[in-house]
Amino acid sequence: MLKKKNSALIVSYIILIVLAYVMIYPLLWMVGASFKSNAEIFSTVGLLPKEPVFGAFKAGWEGTGRYGFSTYLINSFELVLPTVLFTVISGILIGYGFARFDFPLKKFWFAIMLSTLMLPSTVIIIPRYIYFKQLGWLDSYMPFWIPALLGCTTFFNYMFIQFFRGLPLELDESAKLDGCNSFRILIQILLPLCKSAIFSAIVFQFVWIWNDFLNTLIYVSSVVKYPVSLGLRMSMDIATEFDWNQIMAMSLISILPPVIIFFAAQKYFVEGIATTGMKN
Amino acid sequence: MKKKTLKRFEGYAYIGIWLFGFFVLQLAPLVTSFWYSFTDFEMIGGADFIGLANYADIFKDPDFLLSLKVTFNYVLIAVPGKIIFALIIALILAQKLRGINIFRTLYYIPSILGGSVAISVLWRYLFMEGGVINNLLSVIGIQGPNWLGDPKYALGTISLVTIWQFGSSMLLFLAGIKQIPVTYYEAAEIDGASKLRKFFSITLPELSPIVLFNVVMQMINAFQEFTPAYVITNGGPLKSTYLYGLMLYETGFEFFHMGYASALSWILFAIIIAFTLVIFKFSELHVHYGDE
Repeated sequence: MLKKKNSALIVSYIILIVLAYVMIYPLLWMVGASFKSNAEIFSTVGLLPKEPVFGAFKAGWEGTGRYGFSTYLINSFELVLPTVLFTVISGILIGYGFARFDFPLKKFWFAIMLSTLMLPSTVIIIPRYIYFKQLGWLDSYMPFWIPALLGCTTFFNYMFIQFFRGLPLELDESAKLDGCNSFRILIQILLPLCKSAIFSAIVFQFVWIWNDFLNTLIYVSSVVKYPVSLGLRMSMDIATEFDWNQIMAMSLISILPPVIIFFAAQKYFVEGIATTGMKN
Repeated sequence: MKKKTLKRFEGYAYIGIWLFGFFVLQLAPLVTSFWYSFTDFEMIGGADFIGLANYADIFKDPDFLLSLKVTFNYVLIAVPGKIIFALIIALILAQKLRGINIFRTLYYIPSILGGSVAISVLWRYLFMEGGVINNLLSVIGIQGPNWLGDPKYALGTISLVTIWQFGSSMLLFLAGIKQIPVTYYEAAEIDGASKLRKFFSITLPELSPIVLFNVVMQMINAFQEFTPAYVITNGGPLKSTYLYGLMLYETGFEFFHMGYASALSWILFAIIIAFTLVIFKFSELHVHYGDE
């Protein structure tokens, strides 16, 4: 019996390790390729470069066009950080509103909100584009910031609703007896308990917006405002085979911020997924 | 009295931003795009009502039918592939193994990178004709195909990007498995149930609401997939990766046939709703909710 159990365990481990290697291999190769010379990059199969070169990062960073990768990186932060901040603020307010107040039509609005979870973004993207164009918001980051401020990503509203529902009502009630108004209860009593929800929202939204390609392609048109998604694609289009390692080096840099954020907030993040029971 | 009425509406102070956002950025665009789909709107100039002409044209458009076929194939490869992988690995990880956190993290990493341009670029390098995968295959004496240049393989190669991101679904399944009461398994053990039997009679039924939710959300996303098809293959070769999302983008934002593109988007919406209803109908027979 024990023997059988042990061999099953070993098989499980072998599957897990092989699969992990297969999954992470592309990323390891990416790291290695950033330090390989262009002659070596596709001529050998090893992950580690035979003769490491470090020029790819510098060359890629400076860029071949008028703008270097540093510009795209700064742009990405300028686009993503306010979006994340606005998402968290709107998520907290909306979540608190739905979880802690009784108001006419509440059930109706809640049902409507949940149904928007399944609304495909492609159906509304054209009119939104027209609105933003009329408002003069094309080629700016407003099409990212404003929807975040208005709580248009249902996922986060729902996450905060679920989280607030999980906090004991006694907290609010005792504060109410002390004469606190609802906003003060939110800020002083409930908010400090929301850490894991806030961190989860930060990680998810940071990663989603950082990786978002379609919306940046539609809304951002001038190269000086390109975030990394567009900058990288442009570099790839104009790249020759002499730039392979540069492209890999820049790809590597572009995936670092989401990875760092993820590891920094991992503990809270996993908890957050567990409380909502959803993530696409 | 007045104060009390005000109090009843206090919640609106907090959800007000959402209400505004919903009307202005979700409901209004939805209605507008429905209206556009019956017009010849082209960005410049007005939108004149042309009845069902867009829809009639679409169903005669060979590109539409081709793209629909490609997209169905993609959804049928990528969504089940991702869900099945996620389920199997979640089951393995649910045994009390040491180092489970490390594996969980490693499998999750692709999910935080997958949608990015960097990964699409990487995929091109991995699967191009003289790329990494074929170099590896040649070491063991296999002549790999032209993954991205051969219409037979291109869509499968792109689907791999999606399946590679199974980690997010896996985490949910893992959380779901942990919620299943241990007593169920203990009872089954006393009855002498086999491992397979326990999976089909306990784990899968208990997990079915999470699986259902995942299948629906993944399907909605897969029908709209864009980035890999655009960056890795740009729809080629021979339009074998011409996903619906790509067709929509080209029609609306490269050729600015906004009326036509709106009609395309509503057809996609109808297809997604139909699929969702079928899945829910099917699930009535098979999904088990704990409080029943």
